[in-house]
Order: sequence, then structure tokens, then C-alpha cells
Amino acid sequence: MVVDGIGASVKRKEDLRFLSGRGNYVDDMNRPGQAYGHFLRSDVPHGKLNKVDISAALKKPGVIAIYTGDDFAAVGGVPCGWQIHSKDGSPMVEPRHPVLAAGKVRHVGDPIALVVAETKQQAKDAAEAIILDIESLPAVANLTAALAPNAALVHDEAKGNICFDWHIGDKAAVEAGFAKAHKIVRLDLTNNRLVPNAMEPRAAIGDYDVSSGEYTLYTTSQNPHVIRLLMGAFVLGIPEHKLRVVAPDVGGGFGSKIFHYAEEAALTWAAAKVKRPIKWTADRTEAFITDAHGRDHISVAELALDAEGHFLALKVDTQANMGAYLSTFAPSVPTYLSATLLAGVYKTAAIYAEVKAVFTNTVPVDAYRGAGRPEATFLLERIVDVAAREMNMDRVEIRKKNFIPKDAFPYQTPIALQYDSGDYLATFDGALKAADYAGFEARRKAAAAKGKLRGIGISTYVEACGIAPSAVAGALGARAGLYEVANIRVHPTGSVTVFTGAHSHGQGHETTFAQLVSEQLGVPHDMIDIVHGDTGKVPFGMGTYGSRSLSVGGSAMVKAMDKIIDKGKKIAAHLMEADVHDIEFKDGKFSVVGTDKAKSFGEIALTAYVPHNYPIEELEPGLEETAFYDPKNFTYPGGCHICEVEIDPDTGVTQVINFTAVDDVGRVINPMIVEGQVQGGVAQGIGQALLEHAIYDESGQLLSGSMMDYTMPRADNIPNIFVGTETTLCTHNPLGSKGVGEVGAIGSPPAVINAVVDALRDYGVRHVDMPATAAKIWSLIDANQPKMAAE
Amino acid sequence: MAQISLTVNGKTVSADVESRTLLVEMLRDKLHLTGTHVGCDTSQCGACVVQVNGMSVKACTMLAVQAEGAKVLTIEGLVNEDGSLHPMQEMFREHHALQCGYCTPGMVMSAIDLVNSHPEGLTEEQIRHGLEGNLCRCTGYHNIVKAIAAAWPIMHNKVPMAAE
Repeated sequence: MVVDGIGASVKRKEDLRFLSGRGNYVDDMNRPGQAYGHFLRSDVPHGKLNKVDISAALKKPGVIAIYTGDDFAAVGGVPCGWQIHSKDGSPMVEPRHPVLAAGKVRHVGDPIALVVAETKQQAKDAAEAIILDIESLPAVANLTAALAPNAALVHDEAKGNICFDWHIGDKAAVEAGFAKAHKIVRLDLTNNRLVPNAMEPRAAIGDYDVSSGEYTLYTTSQNPHVIRLLMGAFVLGIPEHKLRVVAPDVGGGFGSKIFHYAEEAALTWAAAKVKRPIKWTADRTEAFITDAHGRDHISVAELALDAEGHFLALKVDTQANMGAYLSTFAPSVPTYLSATLLAGVYKTAAIYAEVKAVFTNTVPVDAYRGAGRPEATFLLERIVDVAAREMNMDRVEIRKKNFIPKDAFPYQTPIALQYDSGDYLATFDGALKAADYAGFEARRKAAAAKGKLRGIGISTYVEACGIAPSAVAGALGARAGLYEVANIRVHPTGSVTVFTGAHSHGQGHETTFAQLVSEQLGVPHDMIDIVHGDTGKVPFGMGTYGSRSLSVGGSAMVKAMDKIIDKGKKIAAHLMEADVHDIEFKDGKFSVVGTDKAKSFGEIALTAYVPHNYPIEELEPGLEETAFYDPKNFTYPGGCHICEVEIDPDTGVTQVINFTAVDDVGRVINPMIVEGQVQGGVAQGIGQALLEHAIYDESGQLLSGSMMDYTMPRADNIPNIFVGTETTLCTHNPLGSKGVGEVGAIGSPPAVINAVVDALRDYGVRHVDMPATAAKIWSLIDANQPKMAAE
Repeated sequence: MAQISLTVNGKTVSADVESRTLLVEMLRDKLHLTGTHVGCDTSQCGACVVQVNGMSVKACTMLAVQAEGAKVLTIEGLVNEDGSLHPMQEMFREHHALQCGYCTPGMVMSAIDLVNSHPEGLTEEQIRHGLEGNLCRCTGYHNIVKAIAAAWPIMHNKVPMAAE
């Protein structure tokens, strides 16, 4: 009997250390002889860097060394991992991203100098003595300014500040759809810029062993092997066998810790120069002006419908802010992770999308929880609601009429993707029921009696996770493989260590993956350890992003365990003098079918390592297997989110009263963890919809640059969140799992805004861009009062 | 530099600190009690909450020299000698009230003060309001609220602990 296998809400293994203050985050680590690094950063959004005078700073107490852009002239730039080609076939403009600013500064926060000193405070104090000569240049702080005629150029080689001008889909088919349309609905939308704000700020320690010539980088990363590849091969020229990257406990990522950051390269390089470990920990202000931001798209969407409300064609034109430099996966976000999702859960016949990626004098923008899919979902679910209203149709009916039916899978969308499985009506009906949608009008009336405006909003979505297969991703511009790796080491006494290339920074892998192993090998949890986050231990890996850990990383484990069982069967056949085809493995026992002869998993493991009675001619000793799993397709989680809000018309304050999420994430291993993932994602989505906004002023200064200015969701902004699941299995991976990490952040923002617009339905409000702050809502209500009175 | 003495987790300790050293820097850098975290620089996130003389305090908002002679309790000090956990820690585990674990120590310390200061009982609204000073980016707060509600009767001896 497997205890605590697949489907059990096992309490998390990792919690004991986190709850007792024994977590091991990068800033908790210290290396012998450690010095401290501090980065002097530009407070000018755009400027010519004429001179960096470090002479006075070098004389400050405790200073060991100071490095500037000139010192990094001979090393590579920080690379981008995804290449997009424009409509005309030309590759994207990919300007050099220097480790430390060279010649110019391009955003507030651009690093100019690295000060290395005996203490953190001495490094900070010395940085204040560096004299900068920066000639300020006109800055372009947002998409509109960057695309204006004669706008200042962030990079001279990017004419008009355009990085690429890309498109996808069948333009002619879309035009044909529009030509026969009964109605065309147009909507202009902005997807607000966000700051990821994982609670742990980034930190790193660069270390160099003079005797072995080995570099070690301890860093707050979601994918240490990717950092090793990017930094080793492209920036510093350190071969893999001399570079170890360790990402221990990491305090949240949400995408922002996927990327290779300049500080990692600067510290690793400088550690070898000063021959001492150098530690750096960002403060929150630094995080705001250096961690890659998320979203920041402006789109125009047009949906063509026939007289019955069927979606004939969709046309989308998007401008996407890339910031001042191309972050690791930035070009993939508005293109292959967003535009390709514009079919959503609907059988829209024709779709065409254009995306202009634009440089601005702001922090680089890259993947943030959902990465492109929240933008596509927000656009679709808003325009569907607007279309329903303008066609005088019910919001539920128009969706049902256009859903891809469950018997249509595998379903080829008109925009590249092929969905393998799903049942959108099941999650939809499940959510409507759980949210008591039918009873809403009574609740609206009750709220009105209290002077509150109550609204309900629906959002349905499909998303794409576990980006793959490698060959397809490569053809689309990925500069890396997208498989995952697992190494399963069975020890002589039958305990198991799993080395996985996936990385846990809150997801609870140490528990979920142990459940997989326990289920398949019949080994109890206390005999299983999951090791991740160290290139010195784990053979290889691509890390954790895009909700891939279980569907890709878990599948690699299943594959490796299959090999373990195959080998175990051969050993068991030898020991029990049976044919290998007659050996069955079940509940941790190898038995001869039809007999009572059996050997335990532990006995087989011991025999593998003490091969006295062993088929040594045919089989090597030992019991350890590695598997690389390269998926056949993306996975496609989907679902329905329903939000209910109340607006106080006197203050404009919007309170989320109820939130219901019913998702199809494929096979669930640990329901407790799945619920937690959805709840956390929904909270981030509510944050995007109502509270959060990274705002730059026209000069390029980040106005919402601290937690006093940028509104993070707090406990009283978020309601209890009901989470349900309706499962269809992924058809192409061995677990049937689809992914859950991002669904909450993808499905929720349009549900919230649809509810806000519904609450304001008597005020003539057609659309509200995010965040729907109290000031914005109050102004809308205020502006529309006279019209109300006149009616 | 000034030398200060105080009691941390029941032990008398002394440390040489600069006058500008924050309590949280002393705890982490001098005493190596790294369970107390730093998540912001504007006293907004609450990852650094500890107890000073029985009151929850953001350790980034107090100078180390101000803690001279004080009794400080950190997340490490909540764990009993035999390794067993405080009921609040137990309930956080039971209700999956943590994911990445970074906000957790401050969240637990704030939650204990919140429960202790409401012997008359705690509503969900009071719990949510009481967590104003603590940010969590992972959980959406749902399970943190549940954990605190579950810890209240245990801490006020209204029900026996589930495990006992």
C-alpha cells in the first residue's frame, strides 16, 4: 500500500525548517573571508556617462577594489535567450547589455560601479565618494513617448526604438471574417506594468577557489543551470566544469528570478580579481529599479461577430515595452507566450496579431507569473464582455456559444497551438454553480439597499505551460533546450535521493516529488530526499518557470524511475530464478507472477550494490538512473474564475467579496498545494486588477518605487478564495498533469475588471483599465452622475 | 562602536555595534539568527518582526542600541528544547500557511502577538486587519488567516491540541 502517494494532501516536508527559522536563503549564507559588494547605480534615466572618478572612493576605509564599465569591456554582454524575427525576416535588434554601464546609462538603476569593501556599510559609504559626470539626455519613459516621431533613441541601432515588429496568423482570413461581420467590437486596453516583488530581495555571493580555479556563484535563482550556461558561456567565458551555481532556499520568484542579472556576473568576475568571496544583497529600493518588471502592453483589439454572436475573427495590435535592455526571455512574452493564446477557449475561426516590441528608458520587462498569457486572457475576456453587452447578449450565453466543445480535442487553433485536452463547459458550469451565479441578482439588490454597487464578473481561459518540445521552441527562437532532467539514486539500503533540474522557491517540490517517488517505488517519505538548486549535484536542468516543474520535471522522474524498475526486475529475476517477463513490481515488491515468491525494493537495492549473487555478465552493479524528458507539446490548463465586488460609490473603494476559481490543471498530486498555488496566483491577479502599478513619470523616474508607493495586496484586500478542480488529463505526458503555478494570475484579472464594469453598469462605463483604484472609480462615478440624473 | 547586552531567546548576549546598526542587522549579522528576514527598507513588509519585551516590533525600525537590556524573542526561540513547535507554528504547517517561507517568521511573530492581545476572541476581519503590517506574496493570505484562527483556541486553552 502506498501511503501519501499521488492525490494525498501531504503536509510539507520543507515547512519545519522554514517555520523554525532554519531556512537557508542566500543572504543567510556567509563564506570564509567574505567581502561585501555594493553597486552604485544611475539616478539619471538616460545620460551620457562621461566620467566615473573613483580616486577619492578608493581611499575610503575598508575599500578593497572598485570596478567600472571599462573593467568589463573585454567580457561579454548579458545575453538574451530568445530571438524573434520581424515581419520582414530581419532578426530583432539586440543591443549589447553591458555588465556595468559603458558610455551611457539607460534607466534609473543601471549599475555604474561595483565597490568591494570589508563591510557592507563601508562599501555603501565609499560609493558615495564616487564622482559621476553624467550628461543628461532626453528620456523615453513609456511606449507612447518611445514611438513618437523623433523620439530620443535608447539605443542608436534601434531606429524608432523598435526592437522587432512581428506578426502571426492569417491576415487575409481575418479580413474576410471582418468583411462578413454583423458587428465589429473594438476595445483599447492597457495591461498595467507590475513589479514582481518576491518577498526575498535578490542576493548573490561570488566565490573563487584559487587552488582549483573553480568559480561558485550562490544566487537567488529559479534555474541555476540556465544561469551557469548564460553567465559561463556568454558573459565570462568560464567552462561549465569550473563553474558551480547554487540556488538554495529562494524566497519566491514569480518569474523575476529566472533571468541572468548583471550583478551575478559582476560579483563572480570580481571574486576572482580580489581572490575573496563577495556578497551582495539587494535592498527593496534596488529590487524596484533592477528586478525585471512585468506586463506593460498597450493593445487595440477588434472582434468580428455574426448576428448570432459567433466569433468570426479577431485582430490584435500590441505594443510591448521591453525596457532599456533585453532581459533573458523578454522577446518571447508578448509573442509566443501571448499572441498564440488569443484563441483562448473559443473556436474563433481566424486570428491575426501584430506585436511591436519597444525600447524605453525603464527597467527591463520580462516574464512575471503568467508571462503573456494574462495579457492575452485580459484582452479576450474583456472584449467578450463588451461584445456581449453591445450585442444585447448574456455573458454566459455568448461564452457557451463559442466554447471549443470537449469532443473537438485535439484542437488545432488558427494561431499555431494545438490543445490536447480540456472541457471548458465543465469548469464553467462548475464555477457558476460554486459561485451561486444564479443567485447573484438578489445579492446585487441587497447591496444596493446598503448603498453599495455590486457586480459579478466571469473569466474563462486556457493557457500554455511547460513550453516544449525543444525543437519547436528552437524554431520559434528559443536559444536553449526545454526538457527537464532527473537523476534517481537508490542507495544500498533502499533509501532514495532524487536530483531534479526543477527548482522550488515556494512550490513545495520536496513534498510533491517525494509523493511521486513514494507512489511509483513504494518507498516511504522519510526514505526520500529531493535535491535541487545546485549544479554541482544535479546533472543538468532547465529550472522552474512556466508551470513546468511537475509536467516536465516530474515526467523526467517517472522516466528515470521506469528505468530503475526495469533494472530491478532483471536483478529480481536472477535472484528468484524466474524469467524477467514474469516479474511484476507493485507496492514496493518485485514478485514472480502467479507465485508467492517476492523480493522487497530494499533487497533488490542491496543486491545491486553487493553483487555476490548477481547477473554480472549482463548487468552493471548499482541502482541509479538519469532521464531527460523532452515533452511532445505544451500542456493546456484552463478554467473559469468568477469574481464578485462591491463598490462604495462615495469613495470609489472596490472590495472583492467572493472569488471562485474552478480550474483544470490535469492530474493533481497534492490538492493542498494546488489550492495554495491558485489562491496565491489569484491574489496577485487581484493585486494587478485593483492595486498594483509601476508608474514612471515623463522624465523616467519610477514614482511607485517603494512598498510605501507601490500597493502590494495585504490581507484585508483579498477575500477567501474558493478553489475547485475539474480534471481532464494531459494526453502526452506520463502523469497527465498540466501545471498550476500561473492559472490564478492568468484567470483572475479580467474576472475582477468584468465585475467592476458590471457594478458600474448604470454609469455608462464601457471599460476600466487596471488598476481600478479608488481614485479612478470615484472619478468615473463622479463624471457620470449628471447623465444618471438626466435619465 | 558601542557594546550592548540584552537577552535573546532566553540567553544573555552582548555585541559590539555601530550606533547606526539596526536591531535586525545585529540579530542576523552578529548573532547569526538568520530566521528573522529583511524584505523591504520602508518598514512595510514585516518579515523582520520579533518580540521585544513581549511586544511585536519590526526589527528594521529599531536601533540595536535601543535594545540594551531588553528581552528579545525571535522565531528560533519559539521552538521548544525538544524540537517541538509553538502552536502557531504547528497551525501554519497544518493549514499550509506558507510557501516560500520568507515572510513566515515575521508573520508567525505578528500572529502570536495578535492572538495574545485578543483573549476575548478574534474574527476573520480582525485577523485580516491585524496582518496589515505583514506582506506575503505567495499564499494570498487565505491559509494564513485560517492558521491564526485555528491557533487562537489552542493558545487560549479552549481546546486541546489536535496531536495530543
